[in-house]
Amino acid sequence: MIGVISYLIFFVTVASILSIAVLGLNLQWGNTGLFNGGVAAFIGAGAYGLVILGGTAQPDHLGGYGLFYPLALLGGMIVAGILAWLVGILTMRLRHDYLAIATFGVAVAFENFMRNSDKISGGAKGIRGFERPFEAFIGDPFYFSIGFFIFAMTMLVLVYIFLEKLIRSPFGRLLRAIREDETAAQSLGKNPGSIRLKAFVAGSMIMGLAGGLYATFYAFISPQDILPTLTFQIWAMLIVGGAGNNKGAIAGAFLIWGVWTLSGWGLSRFAPLEAQLYAGTIQYILIGVIIVGMLLWRPQGLFPEKLVVSQTGDRAQS
Amino acid sequence: MIQHLLDGILVGSILSMGAIGLTMVMHMLRFANFSHAELLSIGAYAALVFDGLFSAILPALATSIGPLSLTWALFLSIFIAMGLTGLSAVLIDMLVFKRIRENGHELSMVFASFGMALIVRNLISLGFGLKTRLYTEDIVFAVRLSDDPLILVKPDQVFVLICALFFMAVLHFVLSRTTFGYTLRAVAENPTLAQVTGIRLSTVIVITWIIGGALAAAAGVFYGLNNQINPVIGRDLVLPIFAATIVGGIGSIYGAVLGGFIVGIAANMALVILPSGYSPAVPFLIILAVLLVRPNGLFGEERT
Repeated sequence: MIGVISYLIFFVTVASILSIAVLGLNLQWGNTGLFNGGVAAFIGAGAYGLVILGGTAQPDHLGGYGLFYPLALLGGMIVAGILAWLVGILTMRLRHDYLAIATFGVAVAFENFMRNSDKISGGAKGIRGFERPFEAFIGDPFYFSIGFFIFAMTMLVLVYIFLEKLIRSPFGRLLRAIREDETAAQSLGKNPGSIRLKAFVAGSMIMGLAGGLYATFYAFISPQDILPTLTFQIWAMLIVGGAGNNKGAIAGAFLIWGVWTLSGWGLSRFAPLEAQLYAGTIQYILIGVIIVGMLLWRPQGLFPEKLVVSQTGDRAQS
Repeated sequence: MIQHLLDGILVGSILSMGAIGLTMVMHMLRFANFSHAELLSIGAYAALVFDGLFSAILPALATSIGPLSLTWALFLSIFIAMGLTGLSAVLIDMLVFKRIRENGHELSMVFASFGMALIVRNLISLGFGLKTRLYTEDIVFAVRLSDDPLILVKPDQVFVLICALFFMAVLHFVLSRTTFGYTLRAVAENPTLAQVTGIRLSTVIVITWIIGGALAAAAGVFYGLNNQINPVIGRDLVLPIFAATIVGGIGSIYGAVLGGFIVGIAANMALVILPSGYSPAVPFLIILAVLLVRPNGLFGEERT
């Protein structure tokens, strides 16, 4: 019984962390129409930022500044934000596929850099030995996992509330205005480029937060955790959930993470031994089919965005 | 140094062929097709299958041509692979991209191409296995052009370069000398106006996919001939090919050709100063440099 409970806690913890990343992507794609093909890099920036800033001393490479945990988490988010700002400033003025290509390039280059720069990131073997806050204090791993589960859920709720407030604010309306009709927004004296950049950086910082939580949870980060394929998984979650709808994004994250773990478990349990080697391959085909299938048959996702075309005084809250 | 330059030119010719099709599709259908590089994989594996088939049916074909490691069987397979890959590109368009296009979700096409890339790449892994394959097990000795500095060139590399230049020259004559070439350029310039003159848009799109697929297939076979064949060819080449289109300017075919050579040469020259582990990141640096200096590429026109 305790095994089932601790597995459920593990499942929901990881799903919550992934949900935060999907929410960040939803701010970029769902609310602003920005295509981020390098989600993995921003998650990775947050994760590496946290572990390097807040980790224990490392013999051969950068890190071990032992920063106070919330500061280290924030530091990781800032690293992700700076990375996003750099890419954004170069591509925001151009047609949308430039952003897609450049962000995809960031993900490839980031993973490649982390894999090779032994001096900064520990190279392919990654960074170990992150001391999770309160772990020694709580002692029992089961209670710690419950504690971290509550922490991750709280962060998810906070990010959700922040984003819900944000998209209902004038800034949120501006984002949707630009997504729907850039020229019209421009004619009202708004600067789409700078507003897009803000949304892009904010979304990427939220992904950085997810990365920081991920690295805290595993107390370890390596290039293997931030392969460009991670981007596809996050994408699938948003598309299934429904772009533009934060509740949908979270539901999509739980659903796809469920499908992913269940298919992994099913393949390892029931597939013949020769097929085991190809379990990952089959899972990626599944993700690809889900992405393409959703776009073909239900592009609005399972939980579509509720579009408010025009608001009257008494319905302003909806 | 000169060795890196020569290798770069060779890689560049392969990237150019990949980039031509990509830039044509990006120009005409206005989306960044992340599954284009998978067409190179399809081509490489199609040629592998037919190479085996021809060699089995007619063992006489399995002899190498002159000093090359390339056999007659593989030579024939290149053309079959080009045709089949062109057809696969059309099929993918009909099954996925066309339907999303008609639903009016232009931006969703980029996603769909991500999904298609994932599907194609992993189906190939499933069908052919994860291990790397080679067209020939024979060891081909490089010819020593000079001893100091040491410059080595394989006969296959010369063949690949000549073939690539030949295909590009054919494309150039088709585009600049035939009515069909004018049609293609007219559609790329202004699809609506082109339709007014009686051009059938859907036919032009199909032909664009066939040309793009065929060139990608040839690039895939040449890549396999010089390196090795594995299911992640697409994953490894998608960024350099995109870099080539951005350097040349999205939509410019001649830009793509030049961009391919620039990226190929720059990526190989970078190895002079960078450890080889970093080479996958070099195309990204090139993209950044172009966006900083000349966002619309060498020949690209400004448009949103």
